[in-house]
Amino acid sequence: MWATCAAAIAGLHSHGKGANKTPPMRRPALPWTAANRSAPPCGTSQVPGSSRGRKDSQPEERAQDVTTVSSAQHSRRDFLYIATGAVGAVGVAATLVPLVSQMNPDASTVAAGAPVEIDLSPIADGQIIKVFWRSKPIFIFHRSQKEIEAAKNVDVASLPDPETDAARTMPGHEQWLVVIGICTHLGCIPLAHQGEYGGWFCPCHGSVYDTAGRIRQGPAPKNLFLPPYAFLSDTKIRIG
Amino acid sequence: MSGHSTYQPQSKILQWLEKRLPIGGLMYSSFVSYPTPRNLNYWWTFGGILSLMFGVQIITGIVLAMHYTPHVDMAFNSVEGIMRDVNYGWLLRYLHANGASMFFLAAYVHMFRGMYYGSYKEPREVLWILGVILLLLMIATGFMGYVLVWGQMSFWAATVITNLFSAIPGIGEGIVTWLWGGYAVGNPTLNRFYSLHYLLPFVIAGVVVLHVWALHVVGQNNPTGVEPKSDKDTVPFTPYATIKDGFLMVVFCILLAWFVFYIPNFLGHADNYIPADPAVTPAEIVPEWYYLPFYAILRSIPNKLFGVIALFASIAILAFMPWLDTSKVRSARYRPMYRQFFWLFVVSCIGLGWLGSKPPEGIYVILSRLFTIYYFGFFLVVLPLLGIFEKTKPLPNSISESVLGAKGAKA
Repeated sequence: MWATCAAAIAGLHSHGKGANKTPPMRRPALPWTAANRSAPPCGTSQVPGSSRGRKDSQPEERAQDVTTVSSAQHSRRDFLYIATGAVGAVGVAATLVPLVSQMNPDASTVAAGAPVEIDLSPIADGQIIKVFWRSKPIFIFHRSQKEIEAAKNVDVASLPDPETDAARTMPGHEQWLVVIGICTHLGCIPLAHQGEYGGWFCPCHGSVYDTAGRIRQGPAPKNLFLPPYAFLSDTKIRIG
Repeated sequence: MSGHSTYQPQSKILQWLEKRLPIGGLMYSSFVSYPTPRNLNYWWTFGGILSLMFGVQIITGIVLAMHYTPHVDMAFNSVEGIMRDVNYGWLLRYLHANGASMFFLAAYVHMFRGMYYGSYKEPREVLWILGVILLLLMIATGFMGYVLVWGQMSFWAATVITNLFSAIPGIGEGIVTWLWGGYAVGNPTLNRFYSLHYLLPFVIAGVVVLHVWALHVVGQNNPTGVEPKSDKDTVPFTPYATIKDGFLMVVFCILLAWFVFYIPNFLGHADNYIPADPAVTPAEIVPEWYYLPFYAILRSIPNKLFGVIALFASIAILAFMPWLDTSKVRSARYRPMYRQFFWLFVVSCIGLGWLGSKPPEGIYVILSRLFTIYYFGFFLVVLPLLGIFEKTKPLPNSISESVLGAKGAKA
């Protein structure tokens, strides 16, 4: 196992029979690739003894050092290969971290994504406004009494994505619907006060949302998503 | 390459691929079994180091390009945004800027090695000339990269260097306007420098392929200058050269890391942290250190046109070395007179570099002129004459003899 491991780390090898025996001129064999090799061809002064760079002038003696490392035995060379490979792998990982991380949103983008506070008092009864948070459009709908009732008088089980109106508004602030204005189908921005349910209509593929932002018709699979938000007072919310 | 590779892939998939696109065999014969002279010293590792630095520059450059804005109103701020906001942006920027310095350092060492050991001589003339082309491409790329920062030095270096072309009689002014894309260095200039700075490294990559190909056809030179004569003279590239290159790459990375983490602005100029102002020229305009010798040569000639000619000639003359040097002996190891002139040449290059950073006054001008005369004299006078007059030392019979001694080579 160790020998094959070491061989794999060491790179390309050709183990074909005879491929590494005396090749044509200028291509010396690699005596250390196959275990249990006998001495290299006579007369060619090749690799110095394993891991010792002595310049011996006795090639026969040196040839003995190189030979017959039994594959059952872990050699120092195997250890060195695996240790180098492990350190190399750590180095590669360490190199990748900044290269991958730099593509994430940078500090200025993250700062620009901080929560926004919206003043609700200028929004008239029945009006829908659009604000941006984290580059996403947010619909804020000041629902009239009729629109609230239309949202509640629904058989929830029959909805494509069943959800009660109460689950999509805050207690005590039923007239305020705050949803992310991105169609849950493929991401277009639906048009307000359109479609037969009094909510939104997405012109891209015909999805229709009601006064609670729930999908009623069309290909969109889910209701319009809710952003994280909280009421700071009756006339002010913080989104994010 | 001499004949078919002895590469025999062991897995069925690799064999299948090898029959259709023998890239495994190519890699094997080029970088594993490739016969390398056994006596190469560490000066031969700088080719590998250059490849490493090239990779570093491309990767950091591509990643920096994701955050940089090439518009005069936003360029400087986008660089500061990289430094402050982008995750690890400071690291990427410092790696790229100091990487460029290290790239040039390795290139100069690599070239000095070639000059010392006669690696430019027959049959390696094309290899050498491709190297000179690579140097020119590197100089152009580095210059344009520096302009992108759009600091004071960036802007005024762009102005000075593009104005060099106005020295050309007649068409000079037209060429400069064409380069600028306007009546002065401005937004069109910055935009086109960005495009070309992204392009040229890939041109460099292509020429590097040619350079390595030319090398593999003739084989490496070695410290004796005596070509390998038998299998005894060479060892397979892997593991010997691979590990030697790898080791010095690590040492070189330590040097790069030293600059990046401890003194990242040491090699730069403080004025480049001032946003470019077309109305105010800084008191001294100095290029980065790796251009200083050429800058000194340019300024030492009192005539505008001849100064520009001298500047380009100082690089172009390198390409003629294979023919200017008339000596039959390659390596300076066996050329005692050449060796002395060579080291004087190195001193004059370093001297010119130092002088390039000084204001062009008084003793600095005199010294620059002296060193410039020596610089050109080395190529035009010393090299041709030494071949005729120098008494060289006797060459060893073969590489293995020089490494192992006469007894060992016979065994």
